[in-house]
Amino acid sequence: MKVLQKLLPWAVLALFATEIVVILLPKTGGTLHVAEFGRLPVLLNGRIQPFDSVARNSLLQIRSTGDVPLEEVPSWKFWHHPRKLNSTEWLLEVFFKPEIADTRPIFLIHHPDVIAEFKLAGKGVEKSGLRYYTYRELRPALEAIATQGQQAGTIADAQRTTYQKQVLKLTNALLIYQRLQNSIQPDATHSFTELLAEFRAALPAGLAAFQAQQAGQPSDDAALKKFAVLAQRFNEQADFAYPLVVPPADPADTDGWLNVGASVLTTMRAGRIHPAVDYFARMATAYRHDDAAEFNAAVAGYKNWLGPQFSREVGKGRAEFYFNRIKLFLHATIIYLAAFVLAGSALLTFGLAPQFSESLRRAAAYLIALAFIVHTGGLIFRMMLEGRPPVTNLYSSAIFIGWGTCVLGIILERVYRIGLGSAVAGLAGFITLLIAHNLALGGDTMEMLRAVLDTNFWLATHVVVVTLGYSSTFVAGTLALAYVVLGVGTPLLTTKLGATGNVTLGAALTKMTYAIICFATLFSFVGTVLGGIWADQSWGRFWGWDPKENGALLIVIWNALILHARWGGLVRERGLMNLALFGNIVTAFSWFGVNMLGIGLHSYGFMDAAFKWLMLFNASQILLIALGSLPLHLWRSFRVDLS
Amino acid sequence: MLDRIVALFTSLRLTVVLLALALVLVFWGTLAQVSLGLYKAQNDFFRSFFIYWTPAGSGLRLPIFAGGYLVGGLLLINLFAAHFRYYQPGRRKIGIVMIHIGVMLLLLGQLLTDVLSTESMLHLRNGETKNYSEKSSDYELALVDTTAPDADHVMAIPAGRLGRGGDITHPGMPFVVRVHTYYANSALTEKPTEGFSEVVTTTGVGGGIWWRELPRETEMDKRDVPSGIIELVTPQESLGTLFVSAYLTRPHQFVYNGHTFEVGLRPERIYKNFFIHLVEFKHDKYPGTEIPKNFSSLVRVHRPDTGENREVLIYMNNPLRYAGETYYQASFDTDDQGTVLQVVRNPSWLTPYFSCVLVGLGLTVQFLQHLARFVRERKAA
Repeated sequence: MKVLQKLLPWAVLALFATEIVVILLPKTGGTLHVAEFGRLPVLLNGRIQPFDSVARNSLLQIRSTGDVPLEEVPSWKFWHHPRKLNSTEWLLEVFFKPEIADTRPIFLIHHPDVIAEFKLAGKGVEKSGLRYYTYRELRPALEAIATQGQQAGTIADAQRTTYQKQVLKLTNALLIYQRLQNSIQPDATHSFTELLAEFRAALPAGLAAFQAQQAGQPSDDAALKKFAVLAQRFNEQADFAYPLVVPPADPADTDGWLNVGASVLTTMRAGRIHPAVDYFARMATAYRHDDAAEFNAAVAGYKNWLGPQFSREVGKGRAEFYFNRIKLFLHATIIYLAAFVLAGSALLTFGLAPQFSESLRRAAAYLIALAFIVHTGGLIFRMMLEGRPPVTNLYSSAIFIGWGTCVLGIILERVYRIGLGSAVAGLAGFITLLIAHNLALGGDTMEMLRAVLDTNFWLATHVVVVTLGYSSTFVAGTLALAYVVLGVGTPLLTTKLGATGNVTLGAALTKMTYAIICFATLFSFVGTVLGGIWADQSWGRFWGWDPKENGALLIVIWNALILHARWGGLVRERGLMNLALFGNIVTAFSWFGVNMLGIGLHSYGFMDAAFKWLMLFNASQILLIALGSLPLHLWRSFRVDLS
Repeated sequence: MLDRIVALFTSLRLTVVLLALALVLVFWGTLAQVSLGLYKAQNDFFRSFFIYWTPAGSGLRLPIFAGGYLVGGLLLINLFAAHFRYYQPGRRKIGIVMIHIGVMLLLLGQLLTDVLSTESMLHLRNGETKNYSEKSSDYELALVDTTAPDADHVMAIPAGRLGRGGDITHPGMPFVVRVHTYYANSALTEKPTEGFSEVVTTTGVGGGIWWRELPRETEMDKRDVPSGIIELVTPQESLGTLFVSAYLTRPHQFVYNGHTFEVGLRPERIYKNFFIHLVEFKHDKYPGTEIPKNFSSLVRVHRPDTGENREVLIYMNNPLRYAGETYYQASFDTDDQGTVLQVVRNPSWLTPYFSCVLVGLGLTVQFLQHLARFVRERKAA
């Protein structure tokens, strides 16, 4: 039994660590070199990214998932992995076999009015209560959707109804899908290589005829017409294509990327078709004819051609593809959850089976350490891909808040070896990464920064410090949560800790919470003032009462209030905990609430699906405060046992 | 009695109450921005002693909550008083002292900023040179003697003075300005319109213009546009009545006593003893997107009296600080051929920097002391 208790923590660690090692190892490809294609660099949203990121971010916006399941598996069969198309496989279909892509159920529609309006009832597939539709099913309604979408688009964001927002989302998803289909070959192309050959053949005569006509001399009208029809197709494609896939003629001209249509049109001046277009045409035709060898050869050939002159872009594509594949944050989320469950069990079994509890606690602490490594790895990888400090938008703020809580949790666990630090790190890490995952559904999370934000100095100082302020306020709130739940529900708060046994868990929790609030005050004050100084540098005023500034100020005020109330003897243990719980509400408002107001200079993350969750979160905290305000005789920890 | 007042103003209880009031105030003032707009919410909630409520249909203004000045002012007194009462020499409280001095500095600095800072705009087209910036909300009636070839002689009357009406005289001004009508905010049209009356004057433009008074603007991104009818009277005779308006882009010209004058209502100008010339404005976007990557204005600063002449690049997060003023990249013309620089004169701009350092250090010292004590206790246990 003793051996088992000693081994358990290591066994748990080994299990999760193996999983991480496995995902980090290179994967062997199938007969079709899909991954090689997925790594190829393109330009979208102002930045170089691999095809895989284009696919993934588009799918997230269309289907809210990163891949497309091909079969329905009931959710209780969790051991059965459904067959699915990964993001790049899906993108290849969209590019080169649109008629098959059109039959994939990818368009997520769940608003009943949208389903009724476009007569979609009875169509689509259902999974976990969500309905997915194929492009083919939506085709009859395309015009109606576009009209409704246009109408919704004329209304200001804040005034839109849920129906209008959903219609807009659908319109946007359809637009992305249609643009993707036009990104490599023009719409409805059977063989891209033949089309290009035709264009090449028609070019000299067509150009000659055109020049003759311009000069007012007799011209070959038939040749001109034939050429014009072809050019028109590429012209339409140029207006509609999504990522810019053709690299610039001069590698130093980083702004010179073009889409295929635009690149083919430059042939009229340049006289020759860009080699990249030829490679893409070969890939397209080979893929359509299921010719894996030719497809692989074309991809390899294009990569060779990119070679040394675009080595930076190729490297960026490879790195980001790898980052997408290994999904470090997803794995960290799972480990955090497991650690939380273990640490929670350790706390609850503390009095019943001390040896077993210690074993669980160690397992939780090891897992938090592993989660920390994985989380930090992901954070640094992301920073390197972006070339930026850790926080650049709402998504990365969630990632970083989780990271900050993990660090604080580890420190707490080092000081008090009772599992509380791990529990806090596990819970907060899990929730923040879950929030980050949901924020990623908006699309590209590595978008370029608007001019005013384009300063690594202030992003590295103000944003990082203020985000650590959020982290520590949340940690204090989570400790208070533990205090209230354990105090009301269990007798643990009055349990003595450690070998000497002169400190109770309740007293330890109070000390921790107080210390963390001190840190929170430091970070949030310095962070807020640094923000003011940044504003003074860029807008000419230190303080403008902008909602985001006010949100940060609220956290500072609240933390200062808690500290002064404590010093003045206005609150004791339970009062401190209730105030710390309210700190969660203040921080949540500052982090998310102010963005929902949709006003001010900082309103960069407006979203309203989160509003419901914010309100639920606030309600839960108020419930906890009510629980924390119960008279002492209702607390199991403080109940005097009269029997 | 005095003891009780002292006890009240130095108590931590008051601090907590004030912080709670501040929390409610900031939260409420933030939400109010949705309906009132940033500017009005700022004035009503933060730049005021009380928040007033007017019950519908009544002319009452009932104070219902403490405003920013009251809460901030009381906090300042509380901080100050508490220090005198509790101050103990020695290292143990040095952290707290630093924090509190820092916070006081911050509050005072912001109060000074409110009182002392002035903001104006400098709009330049590519290749244009100016030696003045313009206030965005204040106007002036400018009388400019343009006779001398190398320099204009400017006499300016603040628009607020026009609002009081009557005759305006000044020893340096060769005539009296008599105000007939002045609207601090106005609307003009070029055809007869319901609610508008025709402008009647004896000289300059006027015929064919209809005007009316408008209520003052309260929203941040809208501004008043004043108009008025004035008469210029010399010791000998009247030069006639004249229509002036900030809508009119060209001043009225006339000759008197051998001097050529221009008169017009224009945004109040702040003249400088140097010139700023816009070499080029640039608006870069990320490739393939409409996301702005950078806005920058390459300007040449030329100061005749010292002979200083240099080029400076102003861009986001990188303003030009010169002669006590700071020039920020604020906006630009829609055709990308001109820039708008925000010009701020704020003598107390450095206070937040000092405050940040003081409070940051103070908090660190304080908490390190706590931490050291905690570690000692744990070691002992």
